[in-house]
Amino acid sequence: MSHLLEVNDLEVKFGLRLGDLTAINGISFNLNKGERMGLVGESGAGKSVTGFAIINLISKPGFISGGRVMFNGRDLAALSEEAMREIRGNHISMIFQDPMMTLNPVLTIGTQMVETLQAHRSITRSEAEAIALEKLKKVQIPSPEKRLAQYPHEFSGGMRQRIVIAIALITDPEIIIADEPTTALDVTIQAEIMDLLQQLCESEDTGLILITHDLGVVSQVTEKIAVMYAGKIVESGPTERVVNDTKHPYTQGLIKALPGSLQPGARLNQIQGMMPTLTDIPPGCAFNPRCPICEAICRDQEPPFIPVDHLTRMVACHMVKPDPSMGTR
Amino acid sequence: MTTERPNPIKSDKNGLLALKQVVKHFDISGGLLDRLRFEKGRLKHQRTTVKAVNNVSFTIAPGETFSVVGESGCGKSTLARTTLGIYPPNSGRILYRGERIDNKNAQQMLPFRRKMQMIFQDPYASLNPRMTVMQTLEEPVVFHNPSISRNQVKDRVAEVMSQVGVDPKWAARYPHEFSGGQRQRISIARALMVDPEFIVADEPVSALDVSIQAQILNLLMDAQDQRGLTYMFITHDLSVVEHISTRVAVMYLGTLCELSPARTLFESPRHPYTQALLSAIPKLGRKKTGHVKLKGEVPTPINLPSGCVFHGRCIYADPRCVEEVPQARTVENMVIVACHAVEEGRI
Repeated sequence: MSHLLEVNDLEVKFGLRLGDLTAINGISFNLNKGERMGLVGESGAGKSVTGFAIINLISKPGFISGGRVMFNGRDLAALSEEAMREIRGNHISMIFQDPMMTLNPVLTIGTQMVETLQAHRSITRSEAEAIALEKLKKVQIPSPEKRLAQYPHEFSGGMRQRIVIAIALITDPEIIIADEPTTALDVTIQAEIMDLLQQLCESEDTGLILITHDLGVVSQVTEKIAVMYAGKIVESGPTERVVNDTKHPYTQGLIKALPGSLQPGARLNQIQGMMPTLTDIPPGCAFNPRCPICEAICRDQEPPFIPVDHLTRMVACHMVKPDPSMGTR
Repeated sequence: MTTERPNPIKSDKNGLLALKQVVKHFDISGGLLDRLRFEKGRLKHQRTTVKAVNNVSFTIAPGETFSVVGESGCGKSTLARTTLGIYPPNSGRILYRGERIDNKNAQQMLPFRRKMQMIFQDPYASLNPRMTVMQTLEEPVVFHNPSISRNQVKDRVAEVMSQVGVDPKWAARYPHEFSGGQRQRISIARALMVDPEFIVADEPVSALDVSIQAQILNLLMDAQDQRGLTYMFITHDLSVVEHISTRVAVMYLGTLCELSPARTLFESPRHPYTQALLSAIPKLGRKKTGHVKLKGEVPTPINLPSGCVFHGRCIYADPRCVEEVPQARTVENMVIVACHAVEEGRI
């Protein structure tokens, strides 16, 4: 069975005076129709760059230096800008962190929604407005007829993010990439927006790539998860398995570092040190200087990203042995 | 390692710091012309004020970690700054070890400033980019002890730097040479330089990644154990609050809704707003249990709702809540709630 989206060995580099920096170092994953996936990691792990690379929106000096992004049988990484515009915002939409930066402050939200539709379809303004109205109702904006004529500053943060979601949905895309969609919002609003996003993806059978640093949010919304560290995926698999039976020492460290898993007042389990900058990624496994179970091989050889069980679990760590029932590979 | 730290609340009844009916409003009406309005053919002079903190009272015991939680705009940062005298309160009293500090001038405040320090959210903004770590750290010591010798200051800087886990060799470097986590360590070091008793930390880990956040929280807890510090911790991150606090105050629209020992609050929240807030925390590996949905949005603090400020969004609201402001009352041992429904036994 072929997947809706297949990312193969994707590599993104940034050309700088001192040489090329590798931001994404050969990552692979896939997404089926209607599937929800979480891309997790700390700042600088390459999550957002991955999101941008999928819709071929890496701006200079960055460029996709290798790999393929297959969507409906076409390689998005190799498409011309003109062909890409037909896909971007139409078949694959993106939602960003800060809704105030995404919306144009001098246009009414009605105009912005109609513009998006008319860019992709040849329809009249009144037809487009009818669709916009329907989408606003879907994201539960009260009195949508009145709201269409208002400007972004007349909405609260949570309402603005609902509108951004409505705009992302307006062309009925197959995939939505949401980059930290609730990080700027309060926890009660976050819960509402995540509920809404999940419910809409389910009812419209839309795929979702949720980019976030918040493991709690990911574990509630997604079906599968990929954990990134220093430009690579170090662990992936079904969300429930990754969270409850964590294999990679980095993911284990992340989960243990969360307050709430321990007796209140106890010392938190911290991961020593910090993520390396892209200019000095250590040889071997990038996590080795911070890893509690690091051995000689980890400093010399990069661990392969391999399946460890029959449940699509993949891990890149020398110290994690595949399930014995897998046989020798 | 997982032993529980002693609960200091019971050991001291007088308290280190007390706020009594503190009110802080900000006048945002601007110039004279902005304040004039035409109404029914008459020119009216009108002021606009943001009612950031309204009638907040509580006492912090020595050695306690007192957390203030609430959503953006609820007045928690204003409360922190008012507590330290950065903003003078409009009314009410602030007592430090029984002595009023809200009406003191800058000179009279000096000995108190030494005892009360602050750590800010953004370590990129709170360190002067043109001062080396050494200059940043020695400034408060020299300011408060003008007679101290150069060598003593240097020793002190080196001592505190190693305590917060920053190599004293780096004292000559500038803030931009450090990562976010290290900068936050330096801001903590700056607060510790003058040997304070009381530290207000305003969202000290919100700008940091999870693995770094754990390092900084451990550092804060270690410093508290070693020096017997008292913390007032301002944050919106409820899982951090649950982990470090002895008591928690929940604020909504400038008003205190509930004040309870941390464990009691997380096990059995009483105020309807606290219940909604806690149910919204995304918990790892736990499937959603359905959070309490609040209707509507937070009203503006310029026009506060009548009666209970939460009544427009509360599922238990009745006519009394619309008219009468609920008073904070002790409902059981150390649990203080301001809610008519709780008081009447309807919840």
